[in-house]
This record gives sequence, C-alpha cells and structure tokens, in this order.
Amino acid sequence: MTRKQKRLAVIGGGIAFLVAAVLLVMFAFSQSIAYFYVPGDLTKANVPPGTRIRLGGLVEAGTVKRGEGSTITFTVTDTLATVPVTYTGILPDLFREGQGVVAEGAFGTDGLFLADTVLAKHDETYMPKDVADRLKAQGVELSGKETIK
Amino acid sequence: MIIELGHYALILALATVIVQSILPLVGTIRGDRTLMAVAPAAALAGFLLVLFSFSVLTFAYVVSDFSVGNVWENSHSLKPMIYKITGVWGNHEGSMLLWLLILVFFSALVATFGANLPERLRANVLAVQGFISTAFALFILLTSNPFLRLQPAPAEGQDLNPVLQDIGLAIHPPLLYLGYVGFSVSFSFAIAALIDGRIDAAWARWVRPWTLAAWSFLTAGIAMGSYWAYYELGWGGWWFWDPVENASFIPWLAGTALLHSALVMEKREALKIWTVLLAILTFSMSLLGTFLVRSGVLTSVHAFATDPTRGVFILAILVFFIGGALSLFAFRAATLKAGGLFAPISREGALVLNNLILTTAAATVLTGTLYPLVLEALTGEKISVGPPFFNLTFGLLMLPLLLAVPFGPLLAWKRGDVLAAGQRLFAAAGIGLVFAAVVLYIQNGGPVLAYFGLAIGFYMIAGAITDLWLRAGIGKVARTVAVRRFIGLPGSAFGTALAHIGIGVTVIGVIAVTAFETEHVVEMKPGMQVEAGGYTLTFDGMRRGQGPNYSEESGHFTVARGGVIVTDVWSSKRLYSARRMPTTEAGIRTFGLSQLYVSLGDAMADGGIVVRVWWKPMILCIWIGTLIMMAGGIVSLCDRRLRVGAPQKLRKVKPALEAAE
Repeated sequence: MTRKQKRLAVIGGGIAFLVAAVLLVMFAFSQSIAYFYVPGDLTKANVPPGTRIRLGGLVEAGTVKRGEGSTITFTVTDTLATVPVTYTGILPDLFREGQGVVAEGAFGTDGLFLADTVLAKHDETYMPKDVADRLKAQGVELSGKETIK
Repeated sequence: MIIELGHYALILALATVIVQSILPLVGTIRGDRTLMAVAPAAALAGFLLVLFSFSVLTFAYVVSDFSVGNVWENSHSLKPMIYKITGVWGNHEGSMLLWLLILVFFSALVATFGANLPERLRANVLAVQGFISTAFALFILLTSNPFLRLQPAPAEGQDLNPVLQDIGLAIHPPLLYLGYVGFSVSFSFAIAALIDGRIDAAWARWVRPWTLAAWSFLTAGIAMGSYWAYYELGWGGWWFWDPVENASFIPWLAGTALLHSALVMEKREALKIWTVLLAILTFSMSLLGTFLVRSGVLTSVHAFATDPTRGVFILAILVFFIGGALSLFAFRAATLKAGGLFAPISREGALVLNNLILTTAAATVLTGTLYPLVLEALTGEKISVGPPFFNLTFGLLMLPLLLAVPFGPLLAWKRGDVLAAGQRLFAAAGIGLVFAAVVLYIQNGGPVLAYFGLAIGFYMIAGAITDLWLRAGIGKVARTVAVRRFIGLPGSAFGTALAHIGIGVTVIGVIAVTAFETEHVVEMKPGMQVEAGGYTLTFDGMRRGQGPNYSEESGHFTVARGGVIVTDVWSSKRLYSARRMPTTEAGIRTFGLSQLYVSLGDAMADGGIVVRVWWKPMILCIWIGTLIMMAGGIVSLCDRRLRVGAPQKLRKVKPALEAAE
C-alpha cells in the first residue's frame, strides 16, 4: 500500500466506525428515553400503554396500601390530577406520604401505572428537581422543607 | 484565631499561585532564567500554604468548632472521630478545598521531580498549573469559603448526611480527586508544548508517568465509589449510569485512551497532535465532571448544595480553560510536526483502534449524560436517559475493543501480521471457550450471550498471559533462560498484561452478576426461610440497637447450606437522630467471590417485614479486576525506562536484557 492508501484506510475506517457509533446512539435514544410527566400532564399527553415514562409528584397522604407480599399501591398527585401506582419491591428509605417521588415504569392496558423503580432520593429535605419545578409551575405551594436544598 | 490563620493562608496561597502563573511565563518569553526559576519555589510555597489551610479546617472539625459555619452545617459533636475528619470533604466547600490541595500537590510534585525537565518546559508547565490553581483558589474564596464564621456560635452541629458517614467516604473522594486532578499535569504539559511549539518523544516520556499515576488513582477511586454505592445504598446495584458516575467515568475513558496514545508517541513519535489534543480533552472532561457535580445542575448525593453563582463561576472556569486550550491548539497544532508512519495493521494501528473506540465510547457516555440537560435548557422538556441507553451503546462499542485487546501487544510496531497474532491467540480463545463451557456445565442454562461474554473475559486473561509467555519464550528456549527472560521483562510488559487481565476479570464479574444473580423480595416473619444461591436464610427476628448518633433496628438471619449452618448475617435500618434520616445497612456475606446481600424493607402491620435477598455470583471480580488494573498501572509506573535518564544505567547493569526484548 502506498502512503496515501494507508492514510485513507485509517481515516476511512475511523469515519465508518464513527458513523456506526452515531447511528447506534440515535437508535438507543429512540429506544430508551423516558419522558417525565406529572399527573396533570397525562390527560393531555395521552401516553400509550407500555411506553416507559417517569411519573413525578407527591405521594398523596393516606393512599399508601400494602397488598400481597411486597406489593404496594399509592397515589401520585400534583393536586390537579392523581395517578394510582402499583409497585412491587422495597421502597426507598425516604419514601413517605406527602413527600416528592419519581416512579419509573409504564401504564398497563387497565390504566394502572406499574412502576419498576421508585426514587425518593438521598436527602430528607431533597425534592426531585423535576418534581419541584413542575409543581411550582402548576402553582403548588411548597413549604420550606420541601424545596430543593 | 487559628481559623483566621487558615483563611489567611488560603489568601496567601492565592497570591502565590498568581505569581506562579505569571512570572515563569514572562520568564520563558524573555528568556529570563531567574523568572523561570520562580516557578518551582512558588509551587512548593503554594502547596504548603494550602496544606496548612486544609489542616486548619480539619482541626476545626476535630474539635467541633461550630462557630465555623461549614463545621456547624456538616458535623456533630457525637459523630465518631473518623467521620469528623472525613466530613471535612463531605461537603461542597471542604471538597473544593481538597480539590485545590491535590492540584497544588501535583504542582509541587512536578516542581520536585521535574529537576531533569528542560527549564522552559518546566516553567511553562508550572505556570499552567498556576493558572488552574488560581481559578480554583478564587472560586473557593469568592463562592465557597469554608472559613466563614457564625455569630453567635451554635451549640450543636447539624451532622453529616448519614449515607456519607462511612469509611468509603474516607477513601473515595481523595482517590477520585488524585485521578481527576492528576490529569491536570498532562494538560499542563500539553499546553506548555503548544506554547513552545515543540514536542518530541521525550515529552511523551515525561507525560506518561503522570498520566499513568492519575489513571491508576482514578481507576481505584471509581471502583471504590462503585463498591461504596453497592454496600451503602442498599439497592444491590454496583453501577447506575448516574450522571455523577458518568462524570468520573468519561475522564477515565479519555485517560485510558491518552495512556495508549502517549505510548505510540513515546515509542514511535507518531500521533503527536492527537496525543496533545487528548491530553487537553481528558482534563477538560475532569473539569466538566467537576462542573456537573459541583454546580448543582445535577441533583444527587454528590450535589451537597446548590447556589447559582457557583455554577456560573465553574462554568466560567470551564469555558476559559477548555476554550483557551482548544483555541491554542487550533493555532499551534500545525507547528508540531507529524512523526513516524505505520501500516494500518501494526501495534500503532491497534492503539489507534483503541483510541478510536475509547474516545467514541467517552463521547457516547457524554452525549447520554448531557442530552437531558441540554434538552431541558433548550426546550424545557424533561427526559431521562437511563441504563438501557448506556448498556446498549457502551456495551456494543466495547465488544470489538475487548476482542482486540489481546492482539495489540502481539502485533509488531510499524507493520504487524494479524494472522500470526491470531494464531498465537488460538490457545487463548480455546481457553476462553473451555472455561465458558465449564461454567455452562455448572450453571446448567442461562442466556447464550452471557456465556459468550464470559468466554471473552477468560480469553482476555489468557491472551494477556500469552503475551508474557511468548516474550519469555517459554517452551522454546531452555527453562532457565525462559525464567531469566521472564524476570527480565520490562515492568511495562507486566503492567500491560496486568491491566488487560484486570479488564478480563472485571468483565467476568459484570457478566456473571448481570446474567446469574437472583433476587427475592419476600415478606418474612420469624422462622420463615428463603433460598438464594444454594443457601437457605432463616429469619430469626428483629433487635433494637443504639449507635453513637443513630438508633437502629436489625434483623438477624441464619445462613445454612444443605441443612448445615454456615454463618449468620445482620441487616439493619438506621435512623440518624440529628437529621431524622433513615438509612439501610445491608447485610453482606462473602462466599468465595460471590456474595449474599440482604436488605430490609418496611415492617408490616402483622409483624412481618419485607426482606430483599440477592445472590450475587462472582460480584467481587468486578472490583478485584479494577484493583488488578490499578496494580498494572503501578507496576508500569515502576518501569525504569519511564524515568528519564534511567535507561542508560539499566543497559550498563544488564546487557543481556536487550536481547530479550
């Protein structure tokens, strides 16, 4: 191979690889991005069953119920609308009624939200930022304890 | 009074690093040796001043001086002493001070060990280090000062976030910072080379040990953080593709690429411009990571507090250094002459492939991490990019790299023979398949892809050993000769082999846990049993306990195998009194390389408790592999040939070595 051909081989191979990587990234994005909603959005958004989303809001007081074994149901609210959530597993340490929460999962055909991950993160004064922003936008008054630190 | 001294020392340090950044630069422009000689002295003085300042803050934590706002916010008089000390960097201000301390520590190291550097290069490198130090010293003093007093002084502190009260915190941030910040040296060398418009193999020989050291620390730091998250958070996961984890992983990927391209430059004088660019990019990723974690754009356990001025300040630092470095690169890169030619199939070619894949992977992880932030900033739309994205893209990108790794060391420089290398790796591939088949026999089923992955892991280990085997000529020459050759192999050969073996071990751990772990979530009452990984856990009951600054409820489990009691395990939930914050303390028992992981959930009304039990097969391989990688870095670092000036000495002592190489 001449010097030019060698260089072309290296550069061509590199570009082919990069194009493949970009396509891969785009494909992965189309497959695995989860949009964030609060209950009030869902009436407008019309999320089809089976699409992964993140549902954020407050755990409505008095709605946490334990069913069979480790299955738990609770209601997520943004004070405008509510969504019932079913989750099997161990809730995070900081999961409490009246506190901010993010549930990740999908709606079943029966309209119930089946969460596979529930986040109520690291700090007792912490409110997931997405939730706080949205709730504020919807005019929900947050007490000092709930704002993001 | 002592607090004010610490504060004052920090201000003096700022003045010192400003001197360190400007005078040597003026010196190199004017060719004034006296001015250039200021650099090492200023670097040492700056280090001592920041060290004093940091010690003062530590002292304030040790004696629980709550008149210092930072101590009051993050400490408690009842906290165990070790956590009082580690609490110094368990908060934003203190951790930034640690960042600065490590930065000036590296400057001082360059000043001390750089005596054999060309005068101009040393002055320029230290000046660039001085600029970075100035930016961060200003950042601390203007937006994140840990020495501010409270008036009147509160009687009791607010305690440290309980999940940070762990021995992991003592080790994880310092190691991570040694890695992150260590890349600043490679960055400074790159900028110094661009300023001077000169770069050669000797430059690469000076840069490589620093990169290697930083890389080893970063490897250990990331592994430590992963293990800490695994046992402390009680979720049983060891990597979440959390943006904060990615923030440290991206510089690691870039740094790994830099390590390999510096090798090409040192040995063959090729890839000069690329190596300089990579050195800039690697530290830029460290800065970006610092920005993501410290500015509060991400909320996580690492974002201790958010304050918009801090975010803007770090963003300004980021723009100044990355933008400045890349502009300088754009103007000056053409002055660096391109070096040695090589065929696409050669050791250089393999290292180029390594660089291509690693930087692409780094870019992919960066895209996935930043995309939600950028999208939200532009459209206000909130999305999350989760593990599926990273597993798919990163996993697929790594596949060709892992397969190619054993080929690299077997290919000759300039022009290699991929078929010959393939033949030599035949045995390694065979060993990989045989081991995977053995696992299949033991496991009796499971996803086909997992066995493929395991085979790759074993093949990488065998491939790395093949390289050493062939170099020593085992089986080809007399045994005594082979032994002598083996011992005489350069440290970097062992380093390479160890690092590659480490990746193989980690791959095996990752695949085994992902494919074969079992998880049970059950509601248990005393006397009930659950099976995991061939062990039977019997729940014996709960007990209340009291720690120094928390109360806890612990569940006791007896672990039996085949009806025989092997061990027992406690798993607890703690409530930290000062912050009224609960944490989970998982119960973990190790069997060989596998672990049994028990964490407690909520107590039920009827007296039962939800228990989550995992069997994590071969999970320790993940971290053992990273330790082996780190050991590879250290062994390579001890290679005499890396030390400038040492090679001649080596040749005189052992002339036989030349033949062996």
